[in-house]
Amino acid sequence: MTPELFTFRLYVAGQAPNSMQAIANLTKLCDEHLPDRHEIEIVDICLDPGRALDEQIYMTPTLICVSPHPGRRIVGTLSSTEPILQILGLGPANTSRPEGSTRRTADPAAQLAR
Amino acid sequence: MTSATLTLVTDTPSTKAPTGITGLDEMTGGGFPRGRTTLLVGGSGSGKTILALQFLVNGVGLCNEPGIFVAFEETPRRIIANAETFGWDLADLQAGKLYFMDAQPAYDLIQSGTFDLTGMLAALGAKAAAMKAGRIVFDALDIVLALLPDAAAQRREIYRLHEWLLEHEMTGIITLKAGRSESGAISEPFGFIQFMVDCAVVLNHRVVLGVSQRNLRIQKYRGSSFDENESPFLIGKGGFEVAVSRTLGRGQAEVTSERVSSGVERVDTMLGGGYYRGASVLITGFPGTAKTTLSGAFAEAACERGERTMFVSFDSDSNEVIRNLGSVGIHLERFIEDGSLNMVSARTITGSAETYLVRIKTLANEHRARCLVVDPISTLSKSGNELTAHSVAERLIDWAKAEGITLVCTSLLDEMSSQSEGGSPLQISTLADTWIHLNYLVQAGERNRGMSIIKSRGTAHSNQVRELILSDAGITVTDTYTAGGEVLMGTMRWEKESAERHASEVEAVATKLRSAKLEAEEAELDARVKALQIELAAKQTEKELLARSAAIHERESLLGRDRMRELRGTDDVLTTPRVKR
Repeated sequence: MTPELFTFRLYVAGQAPNSMQAIANLTKLCDEHLPDRHEIEIVDICLDPGRALDEQIYMTPTLICVSPHPGRRIVGTLSSTEPILQILGLGPANTSRPEGSTRRTADPAAQLAR
Repeated sequence: MTSATLTLVTDTPSTKAPTGITGLDEMTGGGFPRGRTTLLVGGSGSGKTILALQFLVNGVGLCNEPGIFVAFEETPRRIIANAETFGWDLADLQAGKLYFMDAQPAYDLIQSGTFDLTGMLAALGAKAAAMKAGRIVFDALDIVLALLPDAAAQRREIYRLHEWLLEHEMTGIITLKAGRSESGAISEPFGFIQFMVDCAVVLNHRVVLGVSQRNLRIQKYRGSSFDENESPFLIGKGGFEVAVSRTLGRGQAEVTSERVSSGVERVDTMLGGGYYRGASVLITGFPGTAKTTLSGAFAEAACERGERTMFVSFDSDSNEVIRNLGSVGIHLERFIEDGSLNMVSARTITGSAETYLVRIKTLANEHRARCLVVDPISTLSKSGNELTAHSVAERLIDWAKAEGITLVCTSLLDEMSSQSEGGSPLQISTLADTWIHLNYLVQAGERNRGMSIIKSRGTAHSNQVRELILSDAGITVTDTYTAGGEVLMGTMRWEKESAERHASEVEAVATKLRSAKLEAEEAELDARVKALQIELAAKQTEKELLARSAAIHERESLLGRDRMRELRGTDDVLTTPRVKR
């Protein structure tokens, strides 16, 4: 079983400090918890405001999970990792075991969080 | 800014963006500061969203300025649905003129760390440029600010927003829910917004003795004079309506010297021809002094002239009023049938004095009334409305004057509190042009209605108290009887009058008798004169006869003597002259 790929889209606003911080935090988080199984798309609203209007992204930075938990939104600099990991089903207890069994135990928790 | 908008800016009063809201533009001297930010503060349900939305809708309608509504609290769908009750056709406006941004934070939003509004402003900037928007509303900014972790972050975002607004030269409204403070001061985290914005408006919603009272106050307005007082407002059928008295400088009502009949002939003559058209007439009196009847007579006369009239009765049902007036010869049914009279029974309307005023105005406008009767206006000051009633009455009079409507108000006086001809409870007696006071005069076990004209501006008027008599033939006003410095009315007046009548009749008969007697005497004397004259004539004739017969006798006797001498043949010749005849 291939490890599940996590796809993220991060909406940022130009070089705003919060946005820069979020990019750094997300990269760090992914490197720590999802090494080699993540994709990050960065959308700069200042360059593409139409997209923000279409997708109703007004608070920056905003992180959207494209998969495997489509539609989940996390707003902020992503400085606090706990809630993010919980949403992604990557609870602290399971971080070291990137196997399918991990997700199975974590799934009910993720559903609860929804 | 595009050239199209710029030309408009120069067209309209340069620094103000009209709100198009009745009263508010007068208070602000033309609208909110153009290209600047206005803060709208109020509790929940105070009407912030409606006011802000109306600002955008009127911006499109009046200035052709497209607008953007950023909704943080409600979905645009709900806002649009709510707005439809005001008759604003938002569906039409949404085609390029009005844009709603649904900026509600998702209820299950997950937050990690702080965030900012840069993205939203970037998106808005693009949208505003695309639709050439001139106005923008941020509704319930507090919702999104509450998500920020600390006061510093909140302040940062507010500054960001402010800078953005200034940079884009958009006329902005930010609405905020206020804390519980009665004065309308904003609770601390948002307090500094007040210093930042150029204009701040506070909306209040209070309940006084169970009656809802809404008030609006302009707290500050940089670089402009403004009406600083709290003004009542109402969310009516067409949206916001702020109640302000006519401010100085607004067009004066047209003044005519045309007279309209009061419906009672003698009252007209007392007033030198009737009420002035467009005047406000106040009829005060205690219960039962025929205030309604007098105002009913006015309504009837107005309808007879073919003028559209509205009769607002706070006391009783319209059918009752018609029946009661019918008993004194005032027949209004026919005018209701032909549509010229609109009877409004307002007994069932409950609510603030403001509500009454707006209802009266709306109905009168719908009916295109030229004459208006409000019976009695003192209802406005019923419990819960004491504070506002005076200004409502003032504005009713002001409004009627501006519209050229002849207004007749009755006002109940409290028999206990003001036995004298004191001011009316609403102190509108100073505003009214003509003030008629009805009173009871108790004399010799009777109550009679007295009527006097206390004042009538611009009119010579009788200063005498008259008696008002109601009968099935209508209203009659008669002179009172003054005797020995006392005014007599009712039976006493009648008695006095009848006693006078009696006395004068007796006098007349006596005179007649005396003249007849004298005539008889005269005739008798005449007759006597005639008889004496005849007697005189007879005496004269007799006297003549006597003289004549004496002469005859003498001649005869002379003749006889001569004859005898001749016969005797005597020779002595007597030289007696002959009697000649």
